[in-house]
Amino acid sequence: MTIKPGARYWSTTSSTTIVVVKVPAQDVKLTCDGVPLADTEQPARGGTPTSEADGGMLLGKRYSDPDSGLEVLCTRAGAGVVAVDGRPVRLAGARALPTSD
Amino acid sequence: MNPSLLLEMVAGAAGDRRAVGELTYAELDARATAVAAGLGELGVAHVGYVDEYSETLPVLFYAAQRAGLPFVPLNYRLSDEALRAALARIAPAVVLVGERQRERCRGVEGITLVTAGELPAGDGEPVPADGDVSVLLFTSGTSGEPKAAVLRPGNLTSYVLSTVDFLSAGADEAQLVSVPPYHIAGISSILTSLFAGRRIVVLPSFEPGRWVELVAEEKVTHAMVVPTMLGRILDVLQARGTSLPELRALSYGGGRMPAPVVERALRLLPHVDLVNAYGLTETSSTIAVLGPQDHRDAIASADPAVRARLGSVGRPLPSVEVEIRDADGHALGPGEPGEIFVRGEQVSGEYLSHTATDEHGWFPTRDRGYLDRDGYLFLDGRADDVIVRGGENLSPGEIEDTLLSHPAIDDAMVLGMPDVEWGEVPVAAVVPVAKDADPAELEHELREFVRERLRSAKTPARIYVRDSLPHTETGKALRRVLRAELSANA
Repeated sequence: MTIKPGARYWSTTSSTTIVVVKVPAQDVKLTCDGVPLADTEQPARGGTPTSEADGGMLLGKRYSDPDSGLEVLCTRAGAGVVAVDGRPVRLAGARALPTSD
Repeated sequence: MNPSLLLEMVAGAAGDRRAVGELTYAELDARATAVAAGLGELGVAHVGYVDEYSETLPVLFYAAQRAGLPFVPLNYRLSDEALRAALARIAPAVVLVGERQRERCRGVEGITLVTAGELPAGDGEPVPADGDVSVLLFTSGTSGEPKAAVLRPGNLTSYVLSTVDFLSAGADEAQLVSVPPYHIAGISSILTSLFAGRRIVVLPSFEPGRWVELVAEEKVTHAMVVPTMLGRILDVLQARGTSLPELRALSYGGGRMPAPVVERALRLLPHVDLVNAYGLTETSSTIAVLGPQDHRDAIASADPAVRARLGSVGRPLPSVEVEIRDADGHALGPGEPGEIFVRGEQVSGEYLSHTATDEHGWFPTRDRGYLDRDGYLFLDGRADDVIVRGGENLSPGEIEDTLLSHPAIDDAMVLGMPDVEWGEVPVAAVVPVAKDADPAELEHELREFVRERLRSAKTPARIYVRDSLPHTETGKALRRVLRAELSANA
């Protein structure tokens, strides 16, 4: 699937919703709980994690897949974790950029 | 991605935090939704804003995004004729006007004026519309007619998501904004402060004493200023003997910042993180940053190359690429000056009339500069301002900085004037500290001063003494205005 910056994807098995911040270097398959992500809005389902201990993906956190270079932002928390060609995304570290505006 | 999603996220996670004034993020989100529903019913093509920065600005901005309509902040300082012409260009539109602007804007066909209390509102959930254009901004036009720069949702959201971590600000942080809404930094502050969860404090009309007071009153932790503001703020701090203990970070940009002013800021505000941000309207604001550590390393360094970085605009953001090119479009190496080109998701370079960005995504900034060995970007002024003397390119900025380092000089501007022998020669206009300075003596002294420090080719052929020099209100030199004045008096 060709992924564009700013594209939004919804899990069909949980509430997890993401937006693409950095595109992968090549086409990849995005899934959640083994099911392909939808590119149209999906209703909220299942639990809403609020801390890292809950698992799943957290609102506002960035996640990346170092192998492909894909970076996403979680826009709605959910129990499901997005996988890139089967590899679960990992929490990205905080940025070191100073405020400029 | 629709920029209003950023507001939705922040409202969902930190709805009770204050967004701007007394408005919380949850309230801002609800208001933006209601106004978006109203906008959707009006059948307009644009949403205009002719007023100083206010609480209504983020409400209307996010409402426009939610309704899929371009947001167009206009310069309320334009002449009546220019303002009305700009309004005519965006009709049909609904336009927010401040009380003082209402009369001047009345009667333009297709323009519906509303005040802050009259914003359109609807009851139903607006059909979320994703517009192609988020913002139209008329550029500051230091060289002729302003162009309408187009910023798309993707430009703005990729800038925010690449540079700001969600809710990274503590609930105690506050950002003081004193730039006008029609300046790119005014627009980007609505996005970046919000996504960080940092409350916005507004100073609609800059006055240095009031700025200093507001920082203390509102416990402002972050602020952004343009060059002409910083010197005046430092003067007030010295006069009042205060040092703004609450302030943590001060960023500056929007025009050339003389190194002596930065050094003075570092001395007077040692606890404050200074940030120099270089960016353009067309690049959704910042593309290069000289960070707090860069400032401290530079001022403390014995290495001239590191010290010189205080005069740079720092390193390009990780999310953009910067290249220096010669007149034939070839990429140049470190230390070689040329035109600055930039590429990245946040870079638009589109105008209503044409696109300046090439097919590979590279945008010509029309700024001259070079990169040093370690990737620090130095600006050499606008390409249009280069003085060509006998086939040699001279940068007005270098000569201006030299003049500004003279203790008798408050302000200086250098430009090229026609010369029979050389084609063009540098000529300077200066504002002396002492109003009763003798012009002939000062001219003689300054020419010697420059000659000793730069080569004779860079010595201004004439130095005119003035009471003031023309700048835009964000501090950019208006050399074409000065040129017209000097030519008229010749």
